Amino acid sequence: MPRGLPCNAYVSGLMTTQSVSPPVAGEIPPLAFRLALFLVSAAALSYEILLTRLFAIIQWHHFAYMMISVALLGYGVAGTVVALFRNYLESRFLAVFSAAACAFGVTAVACFLLAQAVPFNALEFLWDWRQPLWMLAIYLLLLVPFFFAAICVCLAFTRYARCAHLVYTFDILGAAAGSLGVILALFAMRPGTVLGCLAAGALAAAGLAMRLNGTRAALAWTLPAVLTFGTIAVMQSALGDLRPSQYKQLSQTLEVTGAHVVAERSSPLGLVTVVDSPEIPFRHAPGLSLNAPHPPPCQLAVFTDGEGMSALLRDDGRRKPLSYLDYLTSALPYHLRQHPRVLVLGAGAGADVLQAIYHEAAHIDVVELNPQTIELVEREFADFSGRPYSRTNVRLHIREARGFIATSRDHYDIIQLGPLDAFDASSAGLYALSENCVYTVEAIQRALDRLAPGGLLSMTRWVDLPPRDALKLFATVVTALERRGVQEPGSRLAMIRGWKTATLLIGNRAFTADEIALLREFCRARSFDLVWYPGMASGEANLYNRLEQPYFHQGAVALLGAERDRFTSLYKFDIAAATDDRPFFFQFFRWKTLPEVLHLRDRGGLPLLDWGYLLVVATLGQALLASMVLVLLPLKWLRNGGHTQGTARLRTAIYFGALGTAFMFVEIAFIQRFMLFLSHPLYAIAVVLFAFLFSAGLGSALSARLAGRTFGIWPPVVLPVLGIALLAVTYLFGLPAVFEALIGLPDAGRIAFAVLLILPLGMCMGMPFPLGLEALGRQAPALVPWGWGINACASVISAVLATLLAIHLGFTAVILLAAMLYGLCIASFPVAR
Amino acid sequence: MHTESLLHGGASAGRLSSCALAALLLYGLVLAGDAYQGARKRMVQEIEHTATRTAAETGRRALDRQVLVAMEKVERHRFVPQSQRRFAYQNRPLPIGYGQTISQPYIVALMTDLLQLQAGQRILEIGTGSAYQAAVLAELATEVYSIEIVEPLGRQAEALLRQLGYRNVEVKVADGYYGWPEHAPFDSIMVTAAASHVPPPLVKQLKPGGRMVIPVGPSFLTQYLMLIEKQSDGTITSRQILPVRFVPLTGGH
Repeated sequence: MPRGLPCNAYVSGLMTTQSVSPPVAGEIPPLAFRLALFLVSAAALSYEILLTRLFAIIQWHHFAYMMISVALLGYGVAGTVVALFRNYLESRFLAVFSAAACAFGVTAVACFLLAQAVPFNALEFLWDWRQPLWMLAIYLLLLVPFFFAAICVCLAFTRYARCAHLVYTFDILGAAAGSLGVILALFAMRPGTVLGCLAAGALAAAGLAMRLNGTRAALAWTLPAVLTFGTIAVMQSALGDLRPSQYKQLSQTLEVTGAHVVAERSSPLGLVTVVDSPEIPFRHAPGLSLNAPHPPPCQLAVFTDGEGMSALLRDDGRRKPLSYLDYLTSALPYHLRQHPRVLVLGAGAGADVLQAIYHEAAHIDVVELNPQTIELVEREFADFSGRPYSRTNVRLHIREARGFIATSRDHYDIIQLGPLDAFDASSAGLYALSENCVYTVEAIQRALDRLAPGGLLSMTRWVDLPPRDALKLFATVVTALERRGVQEPGSRLAMIRGWKTATLLIGNRAFTADEIALLREFCRARSFDLVWYPGMASGEANLYNRLEQPYFHQGAVALLGAERDRFTSLYKFDIAAATDDRPFFFQFFRWKTLPEVLHLRDRGGLPLLDWGYLLVVATLGQALLASMVLVLLPLKWLRNGGHTQGTARLRTAIYFGALGTAFMFVEIAFIQRFMLFLSHPLYAIAVVLFAFLFSAGLGSALSARLAGRTFGIWPPVVLPVLGIALLAVTYLFGLPAVFEALIGLPDAGRIAFAVLLILPLGMCMGMPFPLGLEALGRQAPALVPWGWGINACASVISAVLATLLAIHLGFTAVILLAAMLYGLCIASFPVAR
Repeated sequence: MHTESLLHGGASAGRLSSCALAALLLYGLVLAGDAYQGARKRMVQEIEHTATRTAAETGRRALDRQVLVAMEKVERHRFVPQSQRRFAYQNRPLPIGYGQTISQPYIVALMTDLLQLQAGQRILEIGTGSAYQAAVLAELATEVYSIEIVEPLGRQAEALLRQLGYRNVEVKVADGYYGWPEHAPFDSIMVTAAASHVPPPLVKQLKPGGRMVIPVGPSFLTQYLMLIEKQSDGTITSRQILPVRFVPLTGGH
C-alpha cells in the first residue's frame, strides 16, 4: 500500500521565506513558468507514490519507507547545493531549471531501471554482506531524480522570493494534483506506463522553461519530446518492463514448465495476476488435512503484487471436488452451526465463499476490497469459477473489511476471516511494519457486535514455529473480550491447529458440551490438534502433529491465566495484543532475542528473525548516514557564514531539528488515524495527503502575518505551537469517539469531515518553519542553510523513526512526543543574542 | 647459425616453459582441489560441532556419522553457479537461479539425518533443484529417484549427476504431486519443493515404517521441518521440528 508524504508542501513550506538573496523587486513568475513548476511538483510527488507501488511489485512493501525518506533527502541535498552555489545557479536560472527538469524526467526512468537491475535480495540480507551495500546503492540511485526535481523547486523559491506565495501556490497545487493524479492514473494504466507519463510531464516542464529562456520553439518542444520517446523506448525494449525478484511466489511459479499468465489487472490496490499451469496443475490447499479423501479441484492461481497466492477454484456445480474445503481448519465453524448466515471478510478469489456454499450456508455476505479480483472471477473466468458471487444467496460488498464491520447493521451466525497475507512473506517477517486494522482489539470488538446470538467469529492464521501469529491473535482476542466485560474469556474461545493453519473461534456465549463434542470429533477425523477449548485437559494437546512441547496449548493457557503479563514479557517474540494504537499485528521482533538468534545462525536460526523490521532499521541507518554526509557536511563549506556563535548554531539546530521531527510524527500518526475513519486505503492516502498539503501551504502563507511579532516574552511561534498541541491532544482523545459516531456517513461526508478536521491542524503545522526561517533570516542569515539542512535531515530520519516508535510505544506516544518537541521549539526559537 | 641456435635455444626454452606451465597448472588444480577439499572438511566439522553442541542441549542424538561422511564426499561447489563457488563451503544457503536455492548445509545434514537412511534403501526426492541433496542421498541409499518441475533445472541436474558419476540417481521433469508410482514404494521421501499440503499420493507411496521430510518456509529461510512417519500399521503421525534449539520463553527450560 503506498503511503506518500507531502514532502513537497513541507519542503516548499521551508522555502517560502528563505529570501536570503535580494529578491528581484516586483517580478512575477510568468504563467508558463508557474505551469512548469506545477508539472515538476506533480511529477515529483507522483514519482514518490509510484515508486512505492513499483517496488511493492518487484520487491516487497518495506521499500515504502525508503521512498518517503529518499524523497525528503532529495530536497535536503538540493537545498544544500542551492545554498552553496546560489549565485552561480541563480544567474543561469532558466537554463538550470530546464536542465534540472530534463534530468529529473530522464533519471526518473533511468534510475528506476538501474535500481531494478541492482541484485538486491531482501531474503539474503543477513547471509550476505553485500546486500546492505546493494540496498544503499538503490537508495542513492533513487535520490538522483528527487534531487533534480528539488533543484527546480528550490531555485524557483530563491528566484521569485518576493512572490513566494504565488510560487508556493503552484508548487502545492502541483503536489496535490500529483497525489490524486497518480492514483487515478494507476487505475487506467500499468505502473510502467505511468512512469513514462510522469517523465513526459517533467520533460514538458523543461520545454516550457526553455521557451521562456528564448530557445526557439521548435527545439524547446522537440528536445523534450525526443527525450520522452527515447526514455520510454529504452524502458520498453532494452531493459524490459518490470522485473520482480525471482524469489517472489509469482516468479517462482512462472518457472514451472507450462505455467503462464492468463490475465493481469493493475490498480493502485495492487497488480493482480492470474496464472494457469496446465502441465503441472495447482493444488493450493494450505494446511489440508492428511486425511482428506479427495484432492482440490482444478485451480488458477491468483497473485497480488506477485505474492499472496490464492486459488481461483473451478466449480462445475458438483459437490465432490469441493469436499476438500471440509478438511481445512477453517471448516470448523460450519460443523457447529447449521445453515448459518455467513459474512466472509476479504474473499479474494472466492475459496472461502465456496467453503460456505459447500457447507450449505443460508445466506452469505461477501466483502472484498479489490473490484478487479471480483471482475476476474465473475467475468473473465466466469465459466471456470461458476460465478460464486452471483449465487442467489450471495451478496457482494466492494468494501474494506473494517469499514464494513463498522457500518453494517446485519448480524451473522458465522463471520469468517481467513489469512490475507502470503505464508512465505509472513513467515519471513516481511509484513512486520505494515499496519493492519483488522487484527486489532477494537476491530475484533466491532466484529463481535455483528454476531447474531450464538454466533461465531472464526479467524484463521498461519502456523509458525515457535508460535507467534496464532498466540498474538489469541492475546488480541482475549483483550477484546475483556474489554467487552466478559468475565471468563476462555469459556468463549476454541482454537485448533493443523500443520500450516490455526483457526480460532470466538463465540458470543460460552461453548456448550455438545459443541465441544463436535469440535473434538472434527479434529479427530482430520488429525488436527486441539489448542484450547473450555475445560480442555493438557493431555489432549499435541497428539497428531507433534511439537517438541505443546507450545500452542501452553501459550493459550498462559494468556488466559493470571500470569499473562509475565508470560508476554518473557516471550521471545512480541505477542502482546495489537490495538488501533499499535496496529502492527505482523510485528513480532524483540531486540532481546536478536543476539540469541544471530548466535544460532549456523544452526538454521535466522528464520526466527523478522526481517522486515531489521530492513527498516537499516533504512533508518542509511537515511541517517546519507543525510549527514550529503546535507549537513557540505554546509560546513558555506563561506558566507562568517563567524556565528556556538549557542546560536545550537539553538538553530534544536529548533529546526525538533520541528522536522515533530512535523513528521504528527503527520504519520494522523494519517494512520484517518485511515481507520476513511476505511478505504486509497481514499485515505489521497485525501489525507491532499488535506495536509493544502492546509500546510495555507498556514505557511498566513505565517507572514505573524512574522516579527512577539507576544510578551513569547516568540510568534507560540501561537501555532499552542494550536498544534491543543488540536493534536484533542484529536488524540476525541477522534475515536467522533469517528465511531460518524463512520456511518457516506464516503463523501466522511471525506469532507476528514478534510475539515485536518485543515486547522495542517495550517498550524505549516507556520513554525517559515516563522523560524524568517527570524533567522533577519538575525543570523548565515545560519539559514544550516537550519534548513538540519530540518531536512530530521524529516528524512523521523519519517522512518515515527513508525519504529509507533511499534514500540504506540501512535499516542508518538503524538505526545511530537507535542513535547513542539514545546521545545518555543524555547529554542531563533532570537538575536 | 647464430640465429638457428637462438631459435633452437628459443624452442627448447619454450618447451621447458610449457612443461613448467603445465606442471604449475596441474599443481594449481591439485591445490584448488585441495582447497575445496579442505574447505569441505571444515564445513562438515563445523556442522558436526554445531550438531554435537545442539545434541548436548537437547538430549537428541548427534548427526549420523554416515551423513557427515557423505557430506564430506559430495562436492558442493559443483552444484552452485560459478559466481557462487567461493561461498560453496560456507554454512549458508545460496542462490542457484530460477528463484531456487541450495539449502544451508546444516539443514541438508539435518534433513538427511531425519530420514535415518540405510544401505539398500530406495528414496524419492521431490524438487531436485541443484541436485546437491540428491547427491548426498545417493551416497547413502541404493536408489534415488528425483523429480523436478522446472525443466532447465531438471535437465541441468540430470547432466551434472551423470557427469559426476552418480549412477544410482534418476531425475525426471514432471509433476511431483503423484510421486513416481513405477518405482514405489519408497523407504523415504524428501519433499524440498514448496508444498501447501502433503500430497496424499506421496503418503501412499511411502512404505510402512517409512519417513517423509518436508522443509517449510520461503527461499533462504527454512522455518521448520515436517517429519511424517508411516507406522507399520499404516497410520500416519507428523511432527514439526525446529532446525534449531530455541525455547520461546526467556528463562524457559
